[in-house]
Amino acid sequence: MGVGEGSADLGLNSNIDQNLKIEMGKQGIFVTTIEELYNWGRRSSVWPMQFGLACCAIEMIATTMARYDLARFGAEVFRPSPRQADLMIVSGTVTKKMAPQVVRLYNQMAEPKYVIAMGACAISGGPFKQGYNVLKGIDRYIPVDVHIPGCPPRPEALMEAFMTLQKKIDGQSLTGEDRPRYHDAEATGEFPVPEPGEHDLEPSSNPLVWITPVVIR
Amino acid sequence: MKTVEEIKAAIEAAVPVARVEIVPNGSPSAEHSLLIDAAHGFAVAKFLRDDAELALDYLSNVTGVDWLDKEIVEKVKVTHQVSKTVDGVEAVVEETVEEARKHVVPGHLEAVYHFYSMKFKHGPVILRMRTENRSDKVELPSLTPLWRSAEFQEREVFDLFGIVFTGHPDLRRLLMWEGFKDYPLRRDYVEPDDFEYEPTAHDEVLARAKAHQNREQGSGNKDQ
Repeated sequence: MGVGEGSADLGLNSNIDQNLKIEMGKQGIFVTTIEELYNWGRRSSVWPMQFGLACCAIEMIATTMARYDLARFGAEVFRPSPRQADLMIVSGTVTKKMAPQVVRLYNQMAEPKYVIAMGACAISGGPFKQGYNVLKGIDRYIPVDVHIPGCPPRPEALMEAFMTLQKKIDGQSLTGEDRPRYHDAEATGEFPVPEPGEHDLEPSSNPLVWITPVVIR
Repeated sequence: MKTVEEIKAAIEAAVPVARVEIVPNGSPSAEHSLLIDAAHGFAVAKFLRDDAELALDYLSNVTGVDWLDKEIVEKVKVTHQVSKTVDGVEAVVEETVEEARKHVVPGHLEAVYHFYSMKFKHGPVILRMRTENRSDKVELPSLTPLWRSAEFQEREVFDLFGIVFTGHPDLRRLLMWEGFKDYPLRRDYVEPDDFEYEPTAHDEVLARAKAHQNREQGSGNKDQ
């Protein structure tokens, strides 16, 4: 990534003239905004939480190892505690028995926090969708930033999702109406943990997070 | 290894009170199984384990089967005496009519055990036990005191089929959570109605998704 390209990438929502910025960069003067610097710092050190749910976790582990090396993107440190993690990679089948624990872990993470739903099971229930014990996608209870299809997705797909997330973080603003949840004092980062009921989890989805898409047949 | 018939004879000699029945397997593997009455199941299993010739010291698998109430329709030829007018003369004539008679074979739950012998390298010997019905009399003797490996598998059968194993040291649900009321592998299990979003539905799922949609629209109109 060249200097010009880099600064153009960083200056997505700044008001500085891009050409002027590139020109100044060539002269050795670095112009930036707090927002840019803040987002650059955060997107370059997203620490995922260290937990896996099924076979997708094996691909996630492979992604962190030498061949694919997620550390290149600043995400090498998998934290065993939700308090120290920024990113939850839901890698694998979420059973109805596990779903309350996943939501609870998400609640325990400190803001800002992001979720990647990895694989067919985590995004929709996958091959187990019509089973009695598998949740039909973790996005019914917690907000998901990036969905990855695949069974399991290859490490390249996880890296692509990671870069997509980085682009999303880059585009976030600190102020204004469209600022993310964690810059809004009134918004909550807590999501209700579903209770195991007599026949199913109760509630079966969180209406604030999961809006049922309309299927046109 | 002894044949199923020989094992049956050996069981009947050792545990005379037990009722043993051979359930034939018509497939090429011809792995016939032994149906034991639940009351003497434990004694029979103990004999199979301790017998010097069989020595079935390894329990490989425990599973459950749900047999629903079965309605059997038989066609029976019945002769009636009917008064008829034949050639202007009234006479009593015998007439044979085919009638369909229905009778219901009550359903039951079944536990199936597969045994091998590590000592003699033979097996499997397949043991079946049946409960009296599918609702309130669902007890079977636990074989966990004989084979420790039965513990989790019997818990799983209890969890998914609802067979209560008496004598089990720790009979709790294994896969589903405490407080869950249903038995998911029973044939009459009703899944929770969460078919609100099925983008690629077909066949049965499509029918259920449509039923869900209709129900939602129906209730929506009521609210307005």
